[in-house]
Amino acid sequence: MTQRSRRFRRTAIAVLGVSSLVLAACGGDDDEPADEPAEAEEPTEEPAEEPAEEPAEEPAEDAVEEPAEEPTEEPAEGETVQIALVAPSAINDLAFTQSMYDSLERVAETRDISIDVSDGLFVVEDAGAAIRGYAEDGYDLVIAHGTQFGGPLAEIAPDFPEVSFMWGTSADTQGLDNVFAYTVRSDEGGYVNGMLAAQITESGTIGVVGPIDAGDAALYVDGFEAGAAAQDPAVTVNVNWIESFSDVALAAEAATSHISNGADVLTGTAQMVVGATGVAQQEGVPWFGTQSNQTPLGEDIVVASQVYHWEVVLEPILDQIAAGTLGGEVYTLTLENGGLVIEFNDAFGLDEAILAAAEETIAALTSGELTTGL
Amino acid sequence: MSDFFTMSVIVATLASGIRLATPFLLAALGETVGQRSGVLNLGVEGVMLIGAFVAYYTTLKTDSTALSIFLSLAAGVVMGLLYAFITLVMHAEQGISGIGIYLFGLGITDLLFQKQVGTPLPIGGLGTVEIPLLADIPWIGEVFFQHSVLVYTAFLLVPVVWFVINRTTFGLNIRAVGETPEAADTLGVSVNLTRTWTILIGNGLAGLAGGALALELGIFQQNLTSGRGFIAIALVYFGAWRPVGVMFGALLFGIVSATVNQWKTLGIIEGAASSLASMAPAVLTIVVLVLVSRRIDPPSALTRPFDRSA
Repeated sequence: MTQRSRRFRRTAIAVLGVSSLVLAACGGDDDEPADEPAEAEEPTEEPAEEPAEEPAEEPAEDAVEEPAEEPTEEPAEGETVQIALVAPSAINDLAFTQSMYDSLERVAETRDISIDVSDGLFVVEDAGAAIRGYAEDGYDLVIAHGTQFGGPLAEIAPDFPEVSFMWGTSADTQGLDNVFAYTVRSDEGGYVNGMLAAQITESGTIGVVGPIDAGDAALYVDGFEAGAAAQDPAVTVNVNWIESFSDVALAAEAATSHISNGADVLTGTAQMVVGATGVAQQEGVPWFGTQSNQTPLGEDIVVASQVYHWEVVLEPILDQIAAGTLGGEVYTLTLENGGLVIEFNDAFGLDEAILAAAEETIAALTSGELTTGL
Repeated sequence: MSDFFTMSVIVATLASGIRLATPFLLAALGETVGQRSGVLNLGVEGVMLIGAFVAYYTTLKTDSTALSIFLSLAAGVVMGLLYAFITLVMHAEQGISGIGIYLFGLGITDLLFQKQVGTPLPIGGLGTVEIPLLADIPWIGEVFFQHSVLVYTAFLLVPVVWFVINRTTFGLNIRAVGETPEAADTLGVSVNLTRTWTILIGNGLAGLAGGALALELGIFQQNLTSGRGFIAIALVYFGAWRPVGVMFGALLFGIVSATVNQWKTLGIIEGAASSLASMAPAVLTIVVLVLVSRRIDPPSALTRPFDRSA
């Protein structure tokens, strides 16, 4: 083989390799769904290697910007707060990640914040690299949105005492002063959904498709079972933990399995449920959603969704950061504080009496008159 | 446990196993053809993802299942042309090139999905085709004759691929270039042309396998295949490079997965046992792989590039 052809060969292979890596990186980093109108506060396209405005704690390199004598720990008043979101699935997954992204956008309507996103990071090591990268870039707040990111965060957060981190769902700050933990009483919405499902089922069997028996997923399922049992103790709730947050095909097969075993109402949690909702749609089986409003996954079958409003957590955390406190507290979404909202799908045509009973249950859980028992 | 041993549950489990086996079977049959000619393609997973996205997007935009199936296969063939160029013309190392193709498929489908679709909108699935008369046979009908068209296609391809490899001149050429490409070349067989065809067939079937998965589910999501392409490659070794063996491997994997799934649904296994049970199909495959690899040798020229001037 001639030297020229060898050179050409190496060049071609290098081009392919680089393009593969670039595409893989671009695929994992997205900004805004194509089918949504641009918001006034548009997030920047990619995780910024150089933030649009240098955070206060980083000495400014540009001579025009006067460097602060002492690095300040919180953003100065009137300065854009730079927030980075690191998430395991896409920002439009109609589930866990979208719930946080939507909440950030709602916060952006009233606060001067910038949002950069690294989504689709199912691999924990990749997420860890992204978290560290944002911290190195001097972001004011880095959100590690996934229980599974706790390990890398415990190693990264101590290296950046001037950066504030948010981690959830978890009720543990890992003893770190610059980590806020956030969690959700997903059992409350689960209870309402379970109570509703027990009234809708005709076969007396309900199927649940869960990812891994942990975190807010486990709490939602426990609440769902408690609600169904409280409504009708004779109802059977079959739970299938597929042991994956991402395997859509396995979620679909779990839903099929539930239906073949007599289930005529389904629910599920986490981003892989799109497989299960597909089966529910094909079979015409009612579906109860959680995390985000899942009505777009099946306008005919989705009865109601428990929606996470993380702005209830984000607002006080941003206030704390502005006041100089970078972590050490735990925040929880509940029906009572407005962090959890049950959104009904009007197109489903839920019976008025059942709807009224659900509203009563929500009111009782909100006031504390009723508890899930968990 | 007694709930599982009812006829209706067993029938549902077997039918589910056949459904789950289909993407594995399509991709593994294609990879079998490629490996018999001496070409290892670790990019099956990436090609499956591309096929899946093409099928999903085509259905979303045109509502035509037939066009979706055709285009998923065509997308695989295009990726095959790329892989053939890299490995046969540029003589790049097959393993690394395959990983490059995988990363390319993972990245580009994620990117296109986010830019062109965004929120995962459901599409109409493939639907069930009931074979007249046979579908009405109690139990057997539900297990074997109430599936989508791609399930039947996958299983019908098993004898077709067997026939092509073992009973045609083209198949003889495939086996020859996979064992001793130098000897085949001296007999006038074009090694690279033969391998180009097997790569196109293999990648086409991988694209179709991805299309089958997306159309069966009626949805697309990032990394939809979740490692199924890599399992398909393992099944080629499991099946000792023979179509029938590959089919039994895919069926075993699918049925074990379906059984574990049913046991979870029925509450027969729960808690920590549930996590362990999820590993059962993979563990079983590894065990059989170890047993098979001690008795049967792979094609002699597997992963070995052919350079006439060398």
